[in-house]
Amino acid sequence: MSMEAVTTILELYVFVLAGFVGYQLITRVPPLLHTPLMSATNAISGISLVGSLVVAGGEFSGLATFLGFIAVTAATINVVGGFMITDRMLKMFKPQGSSERPKEPA
Amino acid sequence: MTEYFIQAAYLAASVLFILGIKGLTRPERARRGMQLAALGMLVAIIGTLLNHQIITYVWIILGLLIGSGIGAAMSIWMPMTAIPQRTAISHAFGALAATLVGIAEYYEHVGHLDGTKMAALGFEVMFGSLTITGSFMAFGKLQGFVKSAPVTYKFQNHSNIALFVVAFVLFVFLIFSPGSQWAFYLMVLAGLAVGVLIVLPIGGADMPVVISLLNSYAGLASSATGFAIGNNVLIIAGALDGASGFLLSILMSKAMNRSFANVIFGAFGGGETGPGATAAIGDLTVHAVTAEDAAMQLAYARLVIVVPGYGMAVAQAQMQVRELAELIEKHGGEVKYAIHPVAGRMPGHMNVLLAEANVPYDRLYDMDEINGEFQRADVALVIGANDVVNPAARNNPSSPIHGMPILNVDQARRVIVIKRSMNPGFAGIENELFYQPNTSMLFGDGKKALLEVIGAIKAL
Repeated sequence: MSMEAVTTILELYVFVLAGFVGYQLITRVPPLLHTPLMSATNAISGISLVGSLVVAGGEFSGLATFLGFIAVTAATINVVGGFMITDRMLKMFKPQGSSERPKEPA
Repeated sequence: MTEYFIQAAYLAASVLFILGIKGLTRPERARRGMQLAALGMLVAIIGTLLNHQIITYVWIILGLLIGSGIGAAMSIWMPMTAIPQRTAISHAFGALAATLVGIAEYYEHVGHLDGTKMAALGFEVMFGSLTITGSFMAFGKLQGFVKSAPVTYKFQNHSNIALFVVAFVLFVFLIFSPGSQWAFYLMVLAGLAVGVLIVLPIGGADMPVVISLLNSYAGLASSATGFAIGNNVLIIAGALDGASGFLLSILMSKAMNRSFANVIFGAFGGGETGPGATAAIGDLTVHAVTAEDAAMQLAYARLVIVVPGYGMAVAQAQMQVRELAELIEKHGGEVKYAIHPVAGRMPGHMNVLLAEANVPYDRLYDMDEINGEFQRADVALVIGANDVVNPAARNNPSSPIHGMPILNVDQARRVIVIKRSMNPGFAGIENELFYQPNTSMLFGDGKKALLEVIGAIKAL
C-alpha cells in the first residue's frame, strides 16, 4: 500500500470516529438549545478558515490567492459571527429566579 | 519543530471543539463550553499562521479584518427573529470558503493530482457548491425576497434528479481523469444549479429540515477540505458539524412524520388539499370570545400551558406573552410553555425567542415532557400555532398530516386560540381543534389581542 493510501485510510478513521463522537454528544443536547447548537457547529465548521489561510498566504498564482482571500473573509464571517451570536443567545437562557428583573414573591 | 507545534495546536483545537459541544448538553454550562470552542478556534488559527508555506500575510490580515467586521456586525444587530436567515446565509459562507479552497487547490495542482485527492476535492466542491446556492435560496425564502411558497413545475423531480446524476457522473469521471478541467468546472456549475433547484420547491414550514440538512452539507464540505489538504482538525470539525446537522434533520423530519425524500421531493403545501382534509368539519361552528372572557379564564386558572407558534414570532408578541404569564402567576396560577420541535423556522427557534423575552428556560418544555400534562391544564393558550396542534394528525387517517406527533392541546379543560382569522394554516388543512366545544377563538393580531387580555386581567 502506498503512503498516500495509508494516510487516506487513517483520515477516514478520524472522520468516522469524530462523526461518531459528534453523534453521541449531540443526541444529548436538549431541544431547548438546538438553535445555539446549530450556530455553534456552524462557527466550528468555519475551521475551513485554516485551509483558506494557507491558500491566501501561500506561494500561489494571483487567481488562487484572490480565491483564498475571499475564502478567508467568508470563513472569518462564520467563525466570528457564529461564536458571537451563539454567546448572545446563550446569555439569554436563564433559569427561574436568576432573571435580571426582580421577581415579586408569590 | 514548528510542524510539531502546529499539529499540537490542531489536536488541542479538536479536543476543545468536542468539549465545547459537550457544554451544550447542559444549559448552565453552555456558555463556558462555547468559550472553550472559540479558544480552540483561536489556537488552530495561530498554529496555521506559523505554517512555513505562508509567505505573505497581507491578504490574510485583510480577509480576517473584513470578515471579523461583517461577522461581528451581523451578530450584534441581527434580531433574534432573523436567526434562521442568519444561519442559512452563514451556511452559504462556510460552503463558499470550502468550495473556493477546493477550486484554488485544483487550479494549482491540476497536473499532479491522484485519484484519492481528486475524490476529496471533487466531494468538497460538489457539496460545497450545492450548499452555497441552496443556503442562499433558503436565506432568500426566509428573508422574503424569494417567494416562500413552493415553486413547482412539470417534471421538476425528474429534471432535478437528472442534473444531480450529471454532477455525480462528472465526479466519478474526474476520479479517473483528474486532468479534465472542463469536467471539474462543469461539475461546480452543476452543483450550483442543483442547490437552487432543490430548494425552489420547498415551502416555509419545511425550512427546519432544509436548514439542518444544509448545515450537515456545509460540515461535510469542510471535512472533505480536510481530506484534500491532509488536515485532521478540518476533518474532525467538519464531521462534528455534519453529524449535528444530520441528526437535527432526522429529528425535524420525525417531528413532521415525513421522510427526507418527502420533504425534498414532496412540495408540501402547494395549495392542493387532500380530499379528506376538510371533510371532517361539516357544519360545526366556532366560539369566538372577547378579550375580557379570555382574561377571566386565564386569571383564575391554576395551570396554563402556552403553545407558541411561528405566528407569535411574526406578530413579535414574545414580550406580551411573558407579561401575561407574570400576571397569571401573580394571580396564583402556574404557566408552562409547550414547544413543538418544528415550531418556528429552525430547530429550537421558539426557545431562543422566549428566552430573549426573559422567560426562564426551565418553563420551556419539549413535546414529550409536556404532552401528559395537558389533561390537568385549566387553559391551553395557543398563539400562532396551527398544524402542530391539529388533532387530525391523530384521528383522521385521510389528513395529509396524519401521523405527525402533535401537542395534545385538545385534552386541556379549555383551549383559547389567538388567531388572525379562520384561514387554514400553512399546509392548507382545516383544524378541528378550532371547532371543539371547549375551544374559544380570540380573533386578532397576536400582539394586540394579548395586550387586550393583559389590560383586562389588570382591570379585574
